[in-house]
Amino acid sequence: MSTVDLQNVSRWYGNVVAVNDISMSLQPGVTGLLGPNGAGKTTVLHMMAGFLAPSKGTVTIDGSPTWRNPAIYHTLGLVAEREAVHGFLTAYEFVLACARMQKLSDPVAATKRALERVEMTSAQDRRIDTFSKGMRQRTRVAASLVHDPQVLLLDEPFNGMDPRQRMHMMELLHSLGDQGHTILFSSHILEEVEQLSGLVQVIVAGRLAASGDYRRIRRLMTNRPHVFAVQSSDDRRLAVALIGEKSVSGIEIEATGLTVRASDYGSFTRALPRIALGEGIRLRKLLPSDESLESVFSYLLEA
Amino acid sequence: MSTVAYITARGLFGRRRVLLLLPLPLLLIGLALICRAYDVSPDQWGQPVVQGLGLAVMLPVIALIVGTGVLGSEVDDGTIVHILTKPLARRDIVLAKLLVAAGVSALTSAIPLFVVGILADSVRFGLALAVGAAAGAIAYSALFLLLSLVTRRPVLLGLAYILVWEGLLGRFVSGTRVLSIEQYVISFADKIAPTGMLDGKVGIPVAIVMTVVFAIGGTIYAVNRLAAFSVAGETS
Repeated sequence: MSTVDLQNVSRWYGNVVAVNDISMSLQPGVTGLLGPNGAGKTTVLHMMAGFLAPSKGTVTIDGSPTWRNPAIYHTLGLVAEREAVHGFLTAYEFVLACARMQKLSDPVAATKRALERVEMTSAQDRRIDTFSKGMRQRTRVAASLVHDPQVLLLDEPFNGMDPRQRMHMMELLHSLGDQGHTILFSSHILEEVEQLSGLVQVIVAGRLAASGDYRRIRRLMTNRPHVFAVQSSDDRRLAVALIGEKSVSGIEIEATGLTVRASDYGSFTRALPRIALGEGIRLRKLLPSDESLESVFSYLLEA
Repeated sequence: MSTVAYITARGLFGRRRVLLLLPLPLLLIGLALICRAYDVSPDQWGQPVVQGLGLAVMLPVIALIVGTGVLGSEVDDGTIVHILTKPLARRDIVLAKLLVAAGVSALTSAIPLFVVGILADSVRFGLALAVGAAAGAIAYSALFLLLSLVTRRPVLLGLAYILVWEGLLGRFVSGTRVLSIEQYVISFADKIAPTGMLDGKVGIPVAIVMTVVFAIGGTIYAVNRLAAFSVAGETS
């Protein structure tokens, strides 16, 4: 059982602040690091993995600093976002080389185990050069799992994977988490985090915007006002009917249709067709207008 | 450490870049053979071929190709991360890379120089050139390995050192010769087998001390740089 601790960590490049005063503690289990592109997720991961010195604050794994401390790689595995691998080696040779560099007592057995875990045994004797993106990714995961690290950091691990591989990877991370490993993976896609993890750390613009149970954060996200553009056969009558609905918090009537503000995504989208049907109004268009992740994240930052 | 050396060697010989090591040695031996075939006196071709091509161009260029290839290419494409995320002392990683770089450069330059030395003068001269080249290969490799950790353009900077510092300034400004690995190599070879073909301009003590300074100083500094190796995020 290992924990990763960040204490008031900041990182700046010149006068650009990439990470701003983040404190968090990662416990055994799977944690998602969520945030839009450019939020500072990779910078946080690199500091955890000992590839970047924090400008301020401390990053430790079980009390030992990660920066300038190669000994932490006994307990740490990293799957970086950049997918460069030694393409001239076969998957087996590559994972075996990693096992040897980890100074394991039985590198051959560890290599077999790791390749089985990611289901790469059938292609293990092919050069990595010839692999698809997903196969490369699995090979890299095998390489970082070969020494059975207590802490595993993955930067955007699902990029380039097909749904089946995604599912398999999720199962793998889950089972590792259940076995008491501390797993952190970053993602800019909400649904990935939803399926994988109960615990989330949300980073927006270098700051920790939310931290804790995914369901609580999800509620925060679903309870925010949603804006919809609606067009119908009779906008004015629809507006009158809608304003009586509890989940609607405001309506504007414009030449091109209605702009409806709803406080609850779920109830509104269920109520709208019911109301329209009851009034005999035909709906022509329904468009959620602020569904970009950035708006979700910036709402979280305000909450 | 042996695994790092193994991956490094596989990487070096697995790339097309390794073919770049062939033309210069072939050209050197070819020129020497032609001169011998036409019975040209070694007094006339010895210096330009051995010193001008072999020691001033072939040895440093080979060391540059190999020295920047063992680490610089991994830094460039990001594969270095797989080696750095292992509980290995950074010193061992640098030493393994240096061993491969110096070994490959020494072999690829000492063998043709040995052959040319025999063609030009004697076995003794050939051996002297080979020994000088091996010592030079170690110093050059340490320098170019270090360059790939301190700059994003190690090949460019290395070429500037070979062409501008050693080639141009070394000819006109005598003080620069003290920091020219080419000059140490010439002094070593000339000391072991004096022939009149080589024109050593730095003393043997200076050459020995400076070769050690380049090799050890460069290695220590490279270990330090690797220990503080930072990876910046690409998107964030």
